[in-house]
Amino acid sequence: MTKEELIAKLKTIVQPYIQDEQAFENLSEDTDFINDLKINSANLVDVILDVEDEFDIRIENDDMEKMTSVKAAMDIVNEKLAEK
Amino acid sequence: MTSNQIIALLPYQEPFLFVDELTEISSERITGNYTFKKDAFFYEGHFKNHPMTPGVILTECMAQIGLVCLGIIIMKDEISESSHPQIALTSSQIDFFLPVLPKEKVTVVSEKEVFRFNKLKCKVKMFNEKNELVCRGQISGMIKA
Repeated sequence: MTKEELIAKLKTIVQPYIQDEQAFENLSEDTDFINDLKINSANLVDVILDVEDEFDIRIENDDMEKMTSVKAAMDIVNEKLAEK
Repeated sequence: MTSNQIIALLPYQEPFLFVDELTEISSERITGNYTFKKDAFFYEGHFKNHPMTPGVILTECMAQIGLVCLGIIIMKDEISESSHPQIALTSSQIDFFLPVLPKEKVTVVSEKEVFRFNKLKCKVKMFNEKNELVCRGQISGMIKA
């Protein structure tokens, strides 16, 4: 999967939970889920669960705490996919 | 945990406590009931001269039994009598099928769908005394001990 494909998949996953439309339109690797997209903590859990389903991976508590930006999510997904 | 112990840990009181008794207690599934009081405050205005339980109150009853009581059971090892659990309702999607009148007893059945990273998502149903489905849906919340 290319970087662009991964970003596109993550963008689709976060869409139902974002509160800042403009930040979502401009989503990039540097976008922060909480500060930029204004995703709340309950919905951040939904993002994690949807990422698990989409990529068929299991995200643990430690990873969950780190997964607060597009970049961090990409790293965790790539790491988990490599372990498979 | 007994029904009374769980209810004692709830952060609600009259006139906004909508749990009388829990009859099935497990970390996967919970059943409880509540009988709406004839003179509950909301009947005065809902509706004019025609008291009927508001959908938001039915939702609250489903959330107190189905989400909060179930959450307390799931978190029982982290909760002590001195630290009441902190709860935030984060989403609800409920369909309503039948009206509930003053003095009616309702039974709520809730099944855990997901509990991860402190978020509990449940499938909840409410039945009347004739065992007819009153409303059903999905309720989620964040729970901290």
